[in-house]
Amino acid sequence: MRQKYSIFSLARNALSFHKNWEKAWRSPDPKPEYDAIIVGAGGHGLATAYYMAKEHGLTNIAVVEKGWLGGGNTGRNTTIVRANYLQDESTSIYAHALNMWPKLTEELNYNVMFSPRGVIQMAHTESDLKEIARRHNANRLQGVDLEFLSPKQVKEFCPIINTSRDARYPVLGASLQRNAGVARHDAVAWGYARAADALGVDIIQNCEVIGFDIENGEVKGVRTTRGNIKTSKVGCVTSGHSSVMAEMAGLRLPIESHPLQALVSEPLKPIMNTVLMSSTVHVYLSQSDKGELVIGAGADLFNSYAQRGAFNVIEHQIGALIELFPIFSRIRMMRSWAGIVDICPDASPLITKTPIKGLYFNCGWGTGGFKATPGSGHVFAHTIARDDPHPISAPFALSRFSSGRLIDENIAAAVAH
Amino acid sequence: MHIIKCPYCGERDEHEFLYGGEGHIARPTDPEALSDDEWADYVFKRANPKGWHYERWLHDAGCGQWFNAVRHTVTHQFHLIYKVNDDKPELPE
Repeated sequence: MRQKYSIFSLARNALSFHKNWEKAWRSPDPKPEYDAIIVGAGGHGLATAYYMAKEHGLTNIAVVEKGWLGGGNTGRNTTIVRANYLQDESTSIYAHALNMWPKLTEELNYNVMFSPRGVIQMAHTESDLKEIARRHNANRLQGVDLEFLSPKQVKEFCPIINTSRDARYPVLGASLQRNAGVARHDAVAWGYARAADALGVDIIQNCEVIGFDIENGEVKGVRTTRGNIKTSKVGCVTSGHSSVMAEMAGLRLPIESHPLQALVSEPLKPIMNTVLMSSTVHVYLSQSDKGELVIGAGADLFNSYAQRGAFNVIEHQIGALIELFPIFSRIRMMRSWAGIVDICPDASPLITKTPIKGLYFNCGWGTGGFKATPGSGHVFAHTIARDDPHPISAPFALSRFSSGRLIDENIAAAVAH
Repeated sequence: MHIIKCPYCGERDEHEFLYGGEGHIARPTDPEALSDDEWADYVFKRANPKGWHYERWLHDAGCGQWFNAVRHTVTHQFHLIYKVNDDKPELPE
C-alpha cells in the first residue's frame, strides 16, 4: 500500500525537509508476459489501466510508454473539462466523465485540482445565438444543465470582457455550464499512474512499441525497444500516433493527425474567473492557478506529426483574444507549443474492438480528449477486460463508419473543443 | 509559415492555400459492387503516414486551382508539387 497523502504526511515529511517521500510509482523492467498491455501512458491510458485493475481485477498488466508518462497530449492541452456536446452519445460519455471529475482527487488520493469555475461559450452572430439555443435545448433534454446569459449577464459573470456594441464581433449572449471548468492536466496523469502502480500495474517508460505479434488474426504480443512482451490483449491509447500503431497491425483508421497549438502568457494576478470559448472569433481561454493565461485555438490545416504549428494560426488566435479582451493587449506570451491530435471525420472518438482479436483502440479524441479522461479510461477498461464494449462506448465503435451511424460533432464542437 | 509553389502562380504564402487531404484516392470504378466496409475505406479511412504523404492542395486565394503534392508530415518539406492530372510519383527514400 502506498503512503497516503494528507496534511499529516505533509507535516511529517516537512520535519525531515521532504527528503523521505517515497517514490510515487515504481520503474519496473518489463516482464516476459502480461495479461494485457496498454500502449501509451497518457491520462487515458493510465486511467484505463487503473480501472482495469480496480474494477476488473486485472493486475498483471503493463502500460508501455515511448517517452515519459503524461508527456504527450496530456501535458499539452488547455485543461478544459465540460460536457456540452450535441449528440446523445457524446453527451453520455462526456457527462459520464464530468460526473467522475469532482470525486477524482479523493479517489486517487492525488490533488487533480479540478476547479468547476464554469465554461461560457460566446455568441457573436445571429446564427451563433441559434446554435447555442439548439445546443442548450439538446443538453437540457439530455440532463446537462446549461444557462443562457444575456450580454449584460456575460459582463457581470466575466467583467473584463469587451461587450461594446462597436466591437467587430459584438457579444450577443453566451451559454454557461456552471459545473464545467479546468483541472491540472499533469496531476491527472500522475494521480492515475500512482494509483494504478499501487494496484500492481507496471508502468514502463522509455519503451516504444515497434510492432505487434499477430497470428491467425489474434494478438500474441508486442515488440518493443526493450524486448518482446507476450500478451493476448493490447489496448492502444496513443492519440496522434494511432494511425502509426494501426499500420503496424495492418489496419487503416478513419483518422488524420493535425497539430493543435496553445500558448501561455506571463503570470498575472487573478483576473480571469472562468473558462471562455468563442468559436466565431476562435479562441478559448482560462487562467491557471500559477496565473498564466492558457490560450488555445484551432488545429492547423494540414496533416502533421511535428509538434509545432504555423505562426499564422497563433496570429489569428491572438487577434481573437485582443478582440474580446482589449485589456490583454500588452501582456507577453511565454511559451507556445503544439500537440498532435487525431481527428475522425465526425469529430467523435473511437473506443473500439478491431478486426484483430485482442487488439483495441481508444483514439480519435481530436482536439478535446482531456475532459473525457476518467470516463474514457473507465469504459475502455470495460471494453478490454470483458472483450465487450461498455454500453456508453458501444456507439463509438469503428463499425460506425461502415454502418453510417456517425456521431457528428463537427457542427457542435469541431472548432473550439 | 510555408512558402508553397503553386504550379500555376509560383511561390505564395501558406495562408492563400487550403488543404485537401490525402491525394490519389481513386473513385471506385464499380460502385454498385462495393460492400459497406469498402465504402468506409474509400470515404473515411486514410493512410495518415508519419513521413512522406501524397496530398491535395487548393490555391483558394489565388488561381483557384487544385494541385497535388508530396510533403513530409514531420519536417513539412515539400518534395514535389505537380498538376492534378500528372502521374503519381514515386516517394523519396
